[in-house]
Amino acid sequence: MYKKTSLYDRHIAHEGKMVEFAGYEMPIQYSSIVKEHNMVREKCGLFDVSHMGELKIMGREFQEFGQYLVTNDISKMEVGDVRYSPMCYEDGGCVDDVLIYKDERCFLLVVNASNLSKDLEWINKNNKFDAEVINASPSTSQIAIQGPLAKQILSKVIKEDDIPQKYYTFKEILIKDNRMCLLSRTGYTGEDGFELYLANDLAPQIWDELLIAGGEDIIPCGLGARDTLRLEAGMPLYGHEISADISPIEAGLKRFVSLDKDEDFLGKEALKNQVDNGIYRRKCNIELLGKGIAREGDLVFIDDMRVGYLTSGTRSITLGKSIGVAMAKRPYNKLGTEIKVQIRNKMVDAIVVKGPFYKRNK
Amino acid sequence: MSTPKNLKYTKEHDWLEDLGNDTYKFGITDYAQNALGDIVYVELPDVEDEISAGDTVATVESVKAVSEIVMPFDCTIVEVNEELEDEPEKVNASCYESWIAIIKIDNLEETMTAEEYEKSL
Repeated sequence: MYKKTSLYDRHIAHEGKMVEFAGYEMPIQYSSIVKEHNMVREKCGLFDVSHMGELKIMGREFQEFGQYLVTNDISKMEVGDVRYSPMCYEDGGCVDDVLIYKDERCFLLVVNASNLSKDLEWINKNNKFDAEVINASPSTSQIAIQGPLAKQILSKVIKEDDIPQKYYTFKEILIKDNRMCLLSRTGYTGEDGFELYLANDLAPQIWDELLIAGGEDIIPCGLGARDTLRLEAGMPLYGHEISADISPIEAGLKRFVSLDKDEDFLGKEALKNQVDNGIYRRKCNIELLGKGIAREGDLVFIDDMRVGYLTSGTRSITLGKSIGVAMAKRPYNKLGTEIKVQIRNKMVDAIVVKGPFYKRNK
Repeated sequence: MSTPKNLKYTKEHDWLEDLGNDTYKFGITDYAQNALGDIVYVELPDVEDEISAGDTVATVESVKAVSEIVMPFDCTIVEVNEELEDEPEKVNASCYESWIAIIKIDNLEETMTAEEYEKSL
C-alpha cells in the first residue's frame, strides 16, 4: 500500500520499526532512538533518506528560473556548491525549503518528501522561462552518513580524492562499475557528514559496504533520531517551523532571503514588506525550567496571556533537557523572556534561549 | 521476557504487586515499555493524591509518545519511586523492578493472572 525505498529489505533485516511517512514505509528506529541519536553525535549513523525528492531544473534559462524560484541568491554559485533556501509563495509563505546543487547545465533541487508533488506542480506552474523541470526522484536513492567518524568510514569505501573537503560542496564521482554518484558534504544532524545520491540498484550495496567499513562505529538510524538530532542542531522542519502560513522572516531565516537580489523572485514583495514594516510574531528557542517535555502544539503563556505555541518540542538526548521551538508574538520572542508552557493541564516554567541548542566542535 | 507469575495485570498493560493491607506496587509491563520505546520522562503523582477510577495516575513519556497510565479503580498514592525522576530509562531496562508508585486500593476490580495477560496480547 505504501511505497518502499530501495533499502526496504535492509530495514526489515535490521529489525526496523516501520511507520508510514510521506507515503513511504520508513524505519522510525531500529534499536532505540536514544542509542541511534548518541551514535550520530559520538561516532556515526547511517540513514536511508531515499524518500526525499530530487528535481532538476535544466535548459537555456535554468539559472534565471532557479533564481526566480528561491529566495536565496544562487546566481553566484559555482559548480560543486550547495546552498540552502526557502521557496516561497507570492504572499511570503513557504512552499518548501530546499537544497540547491549547482551543476554545469542544471540545478538539482532536493526537496522534502512530503512536498514533492506540490513542489513539482508549483515549479511547473511558475515556469515562464526557457527551461524544463525533470523529476529524478523515482530513480534516485539517497543515503546519509553522519557523525564525527563519517569521513573516516566513507574513505574506506570512496577514494579520498573523491570526497568533498568543504561543507556544503559536492562532487560527482564514479563508483562500482563506473556508475554515477553525487556525493555532498551536507546533512540534517548538526554533525559532519555526507549525503550520497545514487541509482536505486546501487543503494543497497553501498549501504552494506558502509556498515561493514564502519564496523562497531556505525549503526543504521531511523527517522526518530533524525528528528531529535535536527531539532538540537537548530534546523527547521517544514510543516513545523516553516509552512504556507509561516514566512522565512517569521521563522528566523532572513539570512536566506536575498532582498537585494536584482532579479524578481517569488515572494520578494511580500517578504520585503515584512522586513520593512516588521512582523508581529517570530520564532524563538525555548528551554523548560520545570519538569516535563514540551511538544509541538503546546501553548506558550505569559501570566494569563497566550503569546504563542510550540512548532517542535522534545527531550534533548544530548543535553538532557526539554527543548523546543516556539512561534511567539513579539516582543515575547526576546532572549531571556520568562514564559510558561502549558503541558496537558500544567503550566511549566520555561525561558527563551539562544540557538542552536547544540553545536558540534569543529 | 516472561511475565512474572507472582504479579497481577490490568488490560492497560500495568502490573500490580500485592504488598498486603490493600496496598500494591504498580508499574508497566514489558509489552508497554517496548511499545513506548526509549522512556525519557516519568511524571509521578504526589503522595496522598486521591485518584478516581479512570483518571490518570502517572504519565510515562518516550521520545515520540506520551502514555497516560489510568487505573481502573479508585486509589490513593502512598509512595512514589523518585528514582524514575532522574533515571526514567530504568523502566525500559527493568520494567518489573522499576515500580512507579505504591497505591492503596479499596476496591480491587478484576485483574488478570500472568497467564491470562499473556494470552490477551
